[in-house]
Amino acid sequence: MATITLKDVKKTYGGNVDAIRGVSLAIADGEFIVLVGPSGCGKSTLLRMIAGLESITSGEIAIGDRVVNRLEPAERDIAMVFQNYALYPHMTVRQNLAYGLKNRNTPKEEIERRIAKAAKSLEIDAFLDRKPRQLSGGQRQRVAMGRAIVREPVAFLFDEPLSNLDAKLRVQMRVEIKQLQRALGTTSVYVTHDQLEAMTLADRLVVLNGGRIEQVGTPIELYEKPETSFVATFIGSPSMNLLEIEGASSDWSAPPAFVNQPGTALLGIRPEDIGLADGSTDNDRFRARVRVGAVELVGAESYVHGSLTSGQPLVFRVAGRSRIGIDDELDVVARPESLHAFDAAGRRL
Amino acid sequence: MQRVVFPNKILPYILVAPQIVLTIVFFFWPASQALYQSVMRENPFGLKSGFVGLANFSAVLADGSYLNSLQVTVIFSVLTALLSMGLALLLATAADRVVRGQTFYRTLLIWPYAVAPAVAGMLWLFMFNPAMGTFAYILRRNGFYWDPLLNGNHAMVLIVVAAAWKQISYNFLFFVAGLQAIPKSLIEAAAIDGARGTRRFWTIVFPLLAPTTFFLLVVNTVYAFFDTFGIIHSVTGGGPAKATETLVYKVYNDGFVNLNLGSSAAQSVILMAIVVALTAFQFRFVERRVHYG
Repeated sequence: MATITLKDVKKTYGGNVDAIRGVSLAIADGEFIVLVGPSGCGKSTLLRMIAGLESITSGEIAIGDRVVNRLEPAERDIAMVFQNYALYPHMTVRQNLAYGLKNRNTPKEEIERRIAKAAKSLEIDAFLDRKPRQLSGGQRQRVAMGRAIVREPVAFLFDEPLSNLDAKLRVQMRVEIKQLQRALGTTSVYVTHDQLEAMTLADRLVVLNGGRIEQVGTPIELYEKPETSFVATFIGSPSMNLLEIEGASSDWSAPPAFVNQPGTALLGIRPEDIGLADGSTDNDRFRARVRVGAVELVGAESYVHGSLTSGQPLVFRVAGRSRIGIDDELDVVARPESLHAFDAAGRRL
Repeated sequence: MQRVVFPNKILPYILVAPQIVLTIVFFFWPASQALYQSVMRENPFGLKSGFVGLANFSAVLADGSYLNSLQVTVIFSVLTALLSMGLALLLATAADRVVRGQTFYRTLLIWPYAVAPAVAGMLWLFMFNPAMGTFAYILRRNGFYWDPLLNGNHAMVLIVVAAAWKQISYNFLFFVAGLQAIPKSLIEAAAIDGARGTRRFWTIVFPLLAPTTFFLLVVNTVYAFFDTFGIIHSVTGGGPAKATETLVYKVYNDGFVNLNLGSSAAQSVILMAIVVALTAFQFRFVERRVHYG
């Protein structure tokens, strides 16, 4: 168990390509942190720097009280779960689990005990003597988890561990990882590009973009109060609508108090906060007239993809199976407290 | 496999004909001649030959010099295969760590493979000939009495080194490809699991290279058995006192120098059987302990 502290960590490739442009982050003991962002945002690089698989150009990484900048991966006492599991194909599951312990000269009985315990909690005891190639994707995933657990490290690092699984298994494993981490109370850093996975797993989320931290916070904080327009569109599905205030035409209106804030450039509204107009004429609401382009039925609700008369797209949610047809013209409204305002640089006002 | 249907009935046969002709002329015909000759014996004047059954075989197998030659071949093959594969693996792991100029190193390292065996033999002979070799001179000056012309062990070392040197490039290429086929995340996982340098190599890298190693073992054994004739012929001529006379060299010596065609043919037939058995053995027993994927 340990904290992980990053101080102005930077990574530059080949002298001029900046992968990480100064990241500072304090991860508390036992916390589940998810690094999330689009491809190429540097999330995997950052994780690999914590693991010791990538060098640090400048800054400082500490695990517990130890600065680990110059330590080998083995000396950092962390365990990592890889995207492709990275199980040793020539060893049985048991040997895979034992390998890290043997390298550290753990006594034989202790290795046996830990493997038995991990195998039981992960339900992999039935195939301890099989080779990885004889296992399904989900079972391999469990073995990879087991290999991390038996080490009893101070921190777990996960590099998109669920992206090779099918959708159903992914949901199941997601829940199991969360439960396991709770039970063990081990500090964890988890990398994913899937915002849903990020939201459901994280104690705190770190949204990365272009090698910088956009925002750190609990999933709810990020959802309700995104600090930047990037976070606003990245978290939530379908993503938040962003309307430009500049040159806004008569096809939508927002509460004057809102639009008149100095510097307001973008107006954000989540699809789930927009509803069909019910005939009331409250002046303090967001109102717009939308022409329907497409309707997506996703079970309990539908998402309507429409456009304003100026051509700006707008997505909103309607409950149940709607009778909305293509090319219908609808009036929609949103409550003032559900609106988000951003300035020209994308910062929240 | 895709089934290809030719509209023309004769064309496919014409297309494979060159290969078939080559195989017949250079393999099946000589092999059948060897089988035929191995049961015949020439009269002292070489004018007539008569059927003698398996007499050639029993004579060869009872011959002390043949058994000596068998022993020489085994020592030579094992040493050559071990030396060339060991050095190739060492070079390949070193080249695998080079980030810049990898192609350059690889190009340089493949060159020896392009050298003909006889030429390779001459190169080493020039360097280590006791009369004119530079290295032989250096060795002697440092108090090492080096003389492959008189000392059988020295001669053996010389041909092993020459034969291994020529094969290193080939083995190197395969080992480099094998190393590159190992997923990087496996090495990283091993690094996190606390396995460093040599331990990581022997527990992770080497087992994963096993298919490559096995393949090279077969190729190198066959190479040491057959393709080293040119080296032996140019460097030692099988001497001194038959200390470097391998089975293949003895076939040549008995048949073409001493003109004992029946014995020579019997030896080639035995050689054929040995290679078939060796290859079958390797595939049957060694391959089983090799992990693929």
